[in-house]
Amino acid sequence: MAELLLEMKNITKLFPGVRALDNVNLKVEKGEIHALVGENGAGKSTLMNVLSGIYPFGSYEGEIFYNGELCRFKEINDSEEKGIVIIHQELALVPYMTIGENMFLGNERGRKAAIDWNETYAKADGLLKTVGLNESSRTLIKDIGVGKQQMVEIAKALAKNVKLLILDEPTASLNETDSKQLLDLLLEFKKSGMTSIIISHKLNEISYVADKITVIRDGSTIETLDKKTDDFSEERIIKGMVGRDLVDRFPKREKKNIGKINLEVENWTVYHPLYSDRKVVDHVSINVRKGEVVGISGLMGAGRTELAMSIFGRSYGTNISGTLKINGETVNLKNAQQAIEKKLAYVTEDRKGNGLILSNSIRINTTLAKMDKISHYNIIDRDLEIKVANEYKEKLRTKCPSIEQKVGNLSGGNQQKVLLSKWMFADPDVIILDEPTRGIDVGAKYEIYCIINRLVAEGKSVIMISSELPEVLGMCDRIYIMNEGRIAGELSQAEATQESIMQHIIKSGKGE
Amino acid sequence: MNKTIELLKKNTMLIALVIVTLFFAATTGGTLLAPQNIANLIAQNGYVVILAVGMLLCILTGGNIDLSVGSIVALVGALAGQLIVNQKVNIYVSILICLVVGLAIGAWQGFWIAYVRIPAFIVTLAGMLLWRGVALIILDGLTISPFPDNYLNIFNSFVPDPFGGEINILCVAVGVGISILYVVLQLVDRAKKSKKGYEMESIAAMAVKSVLICAVIIVLAYMLAQYKGIPAILILLTVIVLAYAYYTSRTVPGRHFYALGGNEKAAKLSGIHTDRVLFTAYVNMALLSAVAAMACVARFNSAAPTAGQNYEMDAIASCYIGGVSAYGGIGTVQGAVIGAIFMGVLNNGMSIMGIDANVQKAVKGLVLLAAVAFDVISKKRAKTA
Repeated sequence: MAELLLEMKNITKLFPGVRALDNVNLKVEKGEIHALVGENGAGKSTLMNVLSGIYPFGSYEGEIFYNGELCRFKEINDSEEKGIVIIHQELALVPYMTIGENMFLGNERGRKAAIDWNETYAKADGLLKTVGLNESSRTLIKDIGVGKQQMVEIAKALAKNVKLLILDEPTASLNETDSKQLLDLLLEFKKSGMTSIIISHKLNEISYVADKITVIRDGSTIETLDKKTDDFSEERIIKGMVGRDLVDRFPKREKKNIGKINLEVENWTVYHPLYSDRKVVDHVSINVRKGEVVGISGLMGAGRTELAMSIFGRSYGTNISGTLKINGETVNLKNAQQAIEKKLAYVTEDRKGNGLILSNSIRINTTLAKMDKISHYNIIDRDLEIKVANEYKEKLRTKCPSIEQKVGNLSGGNQQKVLLSKWMFADPDVIILDEPTRGIDVGAKYEIYCIINRLVAEGKSVIMISSELPEVLGMCDRIYIMNEGRIAGELSQAEATQESIMQHIIKSGKGE
Repeated sequence: MNKTIELLKKNTMLIALVIVTLFFAATTGGTLLAPQNIANLIAQNGYVVILAVGMLLCILTGGNIDLSVGSIVALVGALAGQLIVNQKVNIYVSILICLVVGLAIGAWQGFWIAYVRIPAFIVTLAGMLLWRGVALIILDGLTISPFPDNYLNIFNSFVPDPFGGEINILCVAVGVGISILYVVLQLVDRAKKSKKGYEMESIAAMAVKSVLICAVIIVLAYMLAQYKGIPAILILLTVIVLAYAYYTSRTVPGRHFYALGGNEKAAKLSGIHTDRVLFTAYVNMALLSAVAAMACVARFNSAAPTAGQNYEMDAIASCYIGGVSAYGGIGTVQGAVIGAIFMGVLNNGMSIMGIDANVQKAVKGLVLLAAVAFDVISKKRAKTA
């Protein structure tokens, strides 16, 4: 048996009214990749916050042994000094600083009063090479993609002389290629002896990279699986997470009733709003029928979101050309309001940034896109509004104490449900879902899939943009594959496999 | 028990206002709450209430403030002086012209802020210099006065009492009438809710709330009745406050201000014309500044080049004291009004106590910080608790 690097013993953490962690035990050996899985709110992030000193010693019960030594971290600097570095799900990089400046932020080279920029950038470049990132360390963070930013975070951790790297959902906003690259990098680090803990909802990634998996449910450790002795299949992990077998991850649609074309886009071309000579969407033609779920698959930056937003009342891009037909009639939507009037809905991928008013209540968010349904001559019928909001809360099974709850205080899955309520309330015929299950747990995902099925059963059309291939394969009747702004292929559900989709992407990338 | 604590937390500033009022009532030997002083308080602080309501809409849109308010008050006041005193234009026509000029100034600023997207801070800072300059040009650096009586009466007079006698009976009657109307409206609303099967607050809570509100109204009416009755300016204030409270809480365009301040991108994707909302906020602010200007020239009976100085700060402070979020998206008209009254009581109380004007300024600064800090900290507690 290898040497233990970290042992967390009987950790209990109480929040007022909630037992967030209940006697949790975690053992991590030197040089392994240890995965932590569990549903949203199971306590994974809380446990890591205890470890890294964000919740200081004294605010929890239990003991932490690191390298055989009892640790009492009072703040994050204490744990970093020991080589424990945590990379949070929401990246902590300053957009208008260079990669190099970010990497050594709070850890500056040179003296306090005189930063040595030459050393900073030289070291930064070296570390960037280690993580396989082909960028100059003088590039601004805002000019590189999310995938590369994640790599910068890892390089930043390396700069702190990391021994135990904790990654909280590192691939949540990455596409398959970038994710693969990141995971391979972790395996590479493992060879050189580094230990990592990874939190992720993407179970295929976990079985690919992890040596051991600890499952947490409702604040307690359920089990630890070992690659050498245990079954690492996704079904097995899910069973541990939800406490039962989830027979079917994608609910079946009972009766398919696909009708005539509901929305059709022809020769749709969109240019970048700032760099007006850059084509973001290039002569795209797609359609969706009544009662059909159409997927748009592709890598990050393939132009999927841009396509969807430009269709939705020109909410993105300049110089948009092409025709848009809704129900056979050519329409010209100038803004989001006209799109809503034509019974179109766009559910954004960025629910916090573009979707919800976090400072407002569930009630106010629910009715926001279609307030004329709850008002007469612009006067709001507050009683009706409360009734409607409660109805949608019940219908989508949003977990919240009341509809007056601020949306900002809800979990990701419940926020997504509020966002869906809002657009279902707008009563659309065509609903575009952009990454509808990003960052939410298996159980909530299943519920969202059920909602999608209910929508198409009512004869509505759904366009689903997703980077998760299993989800696209499991839910869509037809799949468009998009790459570099163009449609690279179209597959029926029967034809589509992970391989065939990737092949289309690679082929179109080569310009064939 | 929990509910009571929650209720207290929600109304921290109202409670603070009561405490401050009682404090000054005690230290001034009751002078603060003397009938004449109450009428005085209303006349003195009318402009702050009007401006705070306008400022609320600006701050709601995303923490933007309007710095040009004081200068607009000076400019419109100067214009009123020129028209009414020097040119002898009919006063109603003059008021109309002044309000239209207010609208035009608002449209000018709103255009740059909402459609050209220059930060509000910069546009209104420019406005603060520009309109003050124009006011000085109109006045040629001099003060215009006095205003004719028929103009002053619009703002400074009291509603005459047809009954006569020791005490102003009309004033008491109106107070009782409003209280009855309030209770009736509450009952009608409740009946409607119960008929449709909606959720209702408990009868006890409703009764306590109604009794408190009616008591305040009737006591206020009785106090005013002991002096000269209902001040004309109070009617104007009531109309403005009620109209804007209704607008922000119960109408669709009102809701748009909160959405814009809470998350502009989300508001836009929800089909809200965010540019138009932002434009409205600044047009409205300038319009209310013009209204405040009319009241101010009447109160001072003069149009002076220095009029309106620091009024924007009073309005902004009222909003922040009243719990309006400096980041936008959160705040109510009731809150802004409570903030304005708080500032008014503080000013008035300290003046009666004979505290040095310089000390008063320092105290006001500290109180502003303390009020907001208190609010922020109590909210933080509520979150972690």
